[in-house]
Amino acid sequence: MTFDRYRRRKRVNVLVSALAFLCAAITIIPLLMILGHLLAQGAKAVNLDFFTQLPKPVGEVGGGMANAIVGTLILIGLACLVGLPIGIIGGIYLAEFGNNKTGWLVRFMSDVLNGTPSIVIGIFAYTVVVLPMKRFSALAGGFALGIIMIPTVIRATEELVKLVPTSVREAGLALGIPQWRVILRIVVPSAKAGIVTGVLLAVARIGGETAPLLFTAFGNQFWQRRLDQPIASLPVQIFTYAISPFEDWHRQAWAGALVLVAMILITSVLTRVVTKGQDRSMR
Amino acid sequence: MLTGLAVEKLGACFGQKQVLNGISMTIGPNLVTAIIGPSGCGKSTLIRCLNRLHETVPGARQSGRVLLDGQDISQMDPVQVRRTIGMVFQKPNPFPSMSIYDNVAAGLRLNGVRKRHRLDEYVEKSLRMGALWEEVADRLDKPGISLSGGQQQRLCIARAIAIEPKVLLMDEPCSALDPVSTGKIEELIQELKKALTIVIVTHNMQQAARVSDYTGFLLLGELIEFDETPKLFTNPRDKRTEDYITGRFG
Ligand SMILES: Nc1ncnc2c1ncn2[C@@H]1O[C@H](COP(=O)(O)OP(=O)(O)OP(=O)(O)O)[C@@H](O)[C@H]1O
Ligand SMILES: [Mg+2]
Repeated sequence: MTFDRYRRRKRVNVLVSALAFLCAAITIIPLLMILGHLLAQGAKAVNLDFFTQLPKPVGEVGGGMANAIVGTLILIGLACLVGLPIGIIGGIYLAEFGNNKTGWLVRFMSDVLNGTPSIVIGIFAYTVVVLPMKRFSALAGGFALGIIMIPTVIRATEELVKLVPTSVREAGLALGIPQWRVILRIVVPSAKAGIVTGVLLAVARIGGETAPLLFTAFGNQFWQRRLDQPIASLPVQIFTYAISPFEDWHRQAWAGALVLVAMILITSVLTRVVTKGQDRSMR
Repeated sequence: MLTGLAVEKLGACFGQKQVLNGISMTIGPNLVTAIIGPSGCGKSTLIRCLNRLHETVPGARQSGRVLLDGQDISQMDPVQVRRTIGMVFQKPNPFPSMSIYDNVAAGLRLNGVRKRHRLDEYVEKSLRMGALWEEVADRLDKPGISLSGGQQQRLCIARAIAIEPKVLLMDEPCSALDPVSTGKIEELIQELKKALTIVIVTHNMQQAARVSDYTGFLLLGELIEFDETPKLFTNPRDKRTEDYITGRFG
């Protein structure tokens, strides 16, 4: 009788494991197909020129997207300047003092912002930055991307700061350390790995944003010298090239897509490495 | 200066739940006061009221007064209270992001000790007193949480005494320690007693008898008996105390 039950349990176990495996496979297959296609199309277009050359004028073959690669990095940097302070400070606030109406409101707003289509945030940036400045600019693009980052960073920071056990806070307080200092010097560092993960995820997300850049950062076929002028970015460059009628531009769009995905993939891997290194500190 | 505590009609609750009721006791300067009682009777809550940690728990309330050298601690700056009254917790709680060294130095840095050699001195001294120095001397830069549970507890003891408090609250400091370390901590208590006042919660009756001058027996949130340790253990006035210390209950 017990033996029978044991066999039954084993059979159910095998069945459920198989099912779980199938589900995992179904999720991974589309990803692999996209990556495979991207690799097939992009690999033959990526070359040294792609990383070092400016785009060539219409009709000329060759050239690269060096300015767009640098532009994307600059835009991400600007976005971090806007998004990280607000996101991290907001997250810490929610975790430590968020058990009230204000906390509820901030959390709600952050969720709404998270659900807002990025193009709407682009329009917002267009209204408050582009129109007053009377031109497209890197600043406007970075501003838009920074706003898109905020909810992700807030939530990640809040969740991870909350995970730090109360006993650690109490240990700090019991040493006669003022509360603000306990939070900044003891609690937040304990959650550092998680916060960095959240930030990298947010960076990976905005790295591929196209819509809000179309009418903020706009685009640029040359090296950008100033932050108050239009700037090239990989997603916009890919978009422009992909809808063009030229064969060579299509080729470069694939290359751009491959490089962009590689950059995002590297960020994700970096996230894993960071988390792994500090895993034990959360236990 | 000798620092003592007086507890007057102390009551404490978590939400609606009354945990302590009308506790009055005098914790004499340079004495060791032990608190004994069955699990859940409110021992931790009692000593957490003494350094104002109880009030940091959401929904926790408190009545009555705790006087530090005649001054009501609820009128003082909590930061100042906790700098004067150190605490070792029931469960070890080293700072997860800090090395062994930084764990001990954390409180010192705050008190304005900046010079490296001064910090080194204090850290070594505190770790020696906490009976941990020999085991960690060669890996001070390793994370505090990489130590074993008992080592972590001794690290927390070292951290608490490093800032030289005037009163030290110890919540079952030896519950995770082997007999040898326990012996060392008990020696430490005798040593520290010369300079400060100690309140120790313990489940170990022999320990209470060995280290303390006064003992309080707590039951269901009430202080049943509070007396000089030898008296309480050899000649308890209350039947319930007698039952508890003779192991007939709880
Ligand atoms: N944060 C809390 N919220 C609600 N109730 C609590 C909380 N902490 C403790 N209590 C309750 O208060 C009572 C006293 O707890 P306390 O921790 O002071 O007991 P203790 O005497 O230290 O026990 P032990 O010897 O097991 O450590 C218990 O009944 C416990 O359930
Ligand atoms: Mg306790």
